[in-house]
Amino acid sequence: MSENILEVNNLKKYFPITKGKEKGLSVKAVDDISFSIKRGETLALVGESGSGKSTTAYNVIGMYSATAGQIIFKDEPISNNIKERPLRLRKEIQMVFQDPGTTLNPRRIVKDILSLPLKIHKLVDKKDPVGQIVRLLEEVELPMEYLFKTPLALGGGERQMLAVARALSTNPDLIVLDEPTSALDVSIQAKIINMLLRLQKDYDLSYLFITLDLSLVRNFATRVAIMYLGKIAEIAPTEIFFSDPEHPYTKMLLSAIPVISEKEEEVKHAKVTPKGEIPSPVNVPKGCSFNTRCPLAFDRCFVEDPVMKEVASDHQVRCHLVEERRQS
Amino acid sequence: MSTNHASTPGITKRDRLEGLKRAWYKFSLNKMSIVGLVIVSLILILGVFQPLIAPYPEHAGAYVNFSAANQPPSSQYILGTDTVGRDILSRIFYAFRGALLMGLGVEAFIIPLGTIVGLIAGYWKEKWFSTALMRVTDIFLAVPPLVLALVVSALMRPTLFNSMMAVSIAWWPMYARMIYGMTSSMRNELFVKSAELLGASKFHILFREILPNCLGQIFTKMTLDMGWVILMGASLSFVGLGEQPPTPALGTMVSDGAKYLPDQWWIAIFPSIAIMVIILGFNFLGDGVKDMLTSEE
Repeated sequence: MSENILEVNNLKKYFPITKGKEKGLSVKAVDDISFSIKRGETLALVGESGSGKSTTAYNVIGMYSATAGQIIFKDEPISNNIKERPLRLRKEIQMVFQDPGTTLNPRRIVKDILSLPLKIHKLVDKKDPVGQIVRLLEEVELPMEYLFKTPLALGGGERQMLAVARALSTNPDLIVLDEPTSALDVSIQAKIINMLLRLQKDYDLSYLFITLDLSLVRNFATRVAIMYLGKIAEIAPTEIFFSDPEHPYTKMLLSAIPVISEKEEEVKHAKVTPKGEIPSPVNVPKGCSFNTRCPLAFDRCFVEDPVMKEVASDHQVRCHLVEERRQS
Repeated sequence: MSTNHASTPGITKRDRLEGLKRAWYKFSLNKMSIVGLVIVSLILILGVFQPLIAPYPEHAGAYVNFSAANQPPSSQYILGTDTVGRDILSRIFYAFRGALLMGLGVEAFIIPLGTIVGLIAGYWKEKWFSTALMRVTDIFLAVPPLVLALVVSALMRPTLFNSMMAVSIAWWPMYARMIYGMTSSMRNELFVKSAELLGASKFHILFREILPNCLGQIFTKMTLDMGWVILMGASLSFVGLGEQPPTPALGTMVSDGAKYLPDQWWIAIFPSIAIMVIILGFNFLGDGVKDMLTSEE
């Protein structure tokens, strides 16, 4: 068995437009991306809204059928047609969504919510079904008094913990976390993140962590992938990502992290001023998709789309500038 | 560990009591809903215990006493007597039975039907059978319900059961529409998606995830509709398509008395007031039920 638990190769997901002026075109939500996740590691997928990070997650979890490309889970290609996905995979890959208020049925009590995945996958402990659920609650630090409460009676953070417990219930190998903390208070964010880190160790979990928040990534992820307009701009181990970023877009994002003191400001990289907004994924700019906003763009960027190049072990960048600098 | 969980408390008596108290508080915020509850309970008691409560229980059948015919309200006959000398009050009490049976029977039939059609059509919204089901529903909705019920019951033998069927045929599309609307928006909710991702069966998704979220609305509409269903039943019996004489039905009583207006006004007016009270009672009650079930969170 290879060390990669998940491999995504040349994944594409286009949404055809069926109405209006742009009929016949399609939204290139995810356009030819490749990455992998090793067993026990966390890959953070970072990008602005509309960059295709959630679409990628939905493809992995099986909510969307991919347009092209391959997803390999534990050395086994997962069918791109989500209807043909076996039940076993629904057990081994789980998901935690952004807003726990909508992912938990407000009319069902905690006990029913947690026993559903166990029943579906025939994992119910027949001798002690209630104890099994109480242990799950304990695992996410929720009291057993919550068994008969509905999610409406729980706070936002507690709901998210419940969602984590549900994901954990089938003993999965990979959990896709789609901005699990962005709907929560900062104080609760830390609690959830610490809990996720502990669970990762205890259960040997791998995470695909989708987020907008770079400061969270630093403490949580093993590796970081930056997405821009459906493509990955740079993948690097977290440490290198923050200390030695190569792609202008990464530099731009990092210099946008707010800091408080002058001292911190000095430590930061040379400022790359962001300009403009992310273009529409329907009309992707010719050449490198970042050329409309890149302060360092030169003539080649407007003609030719760069490809992923390995600059160091485990560190890949998709930029002409980096490529040319290496050649010279 | 397992031993102490075995005694995990269920929903304790206190919890349940508190839930009931809260529900009652919400219900009683509007005083009219209590009025509605009182009216409906009274109708229920009068209808069920008519033989014990009514002054002349035997007048509910084929009883004739011409010497007491057409008497105005008096201390002996509180609401007067009809053209063959039967006590109107006793007959109204008995007619409550038919009216309640009508309401309950129709709803017991149309709610499961409308719910299942709505759930299926709403969940598989883009499938052909959903379109087919909803177009059929639309055709039924396009015809005024009373006209539809009249036509259907005119085709069948006039009995209480057949008039129930006629009203049901006219009424189920409204439930199908309502549930369809709720389901088709709810199927995109993430809790439904989560259940799908876990691999839950369609049966589970429809009846365990979606339906519980529709119950509040169903229950509210059910209470509010009760009065109108009874009115439609009375309309059918008014034209002679419901319960047949000598069994008293509110509609037949009104139509019998209408010929003697305005001189013997009590024969038609009191059954009419009875119909009105039923509708008002169920509407007030329905408003209370709505307040109780929809103001959560």
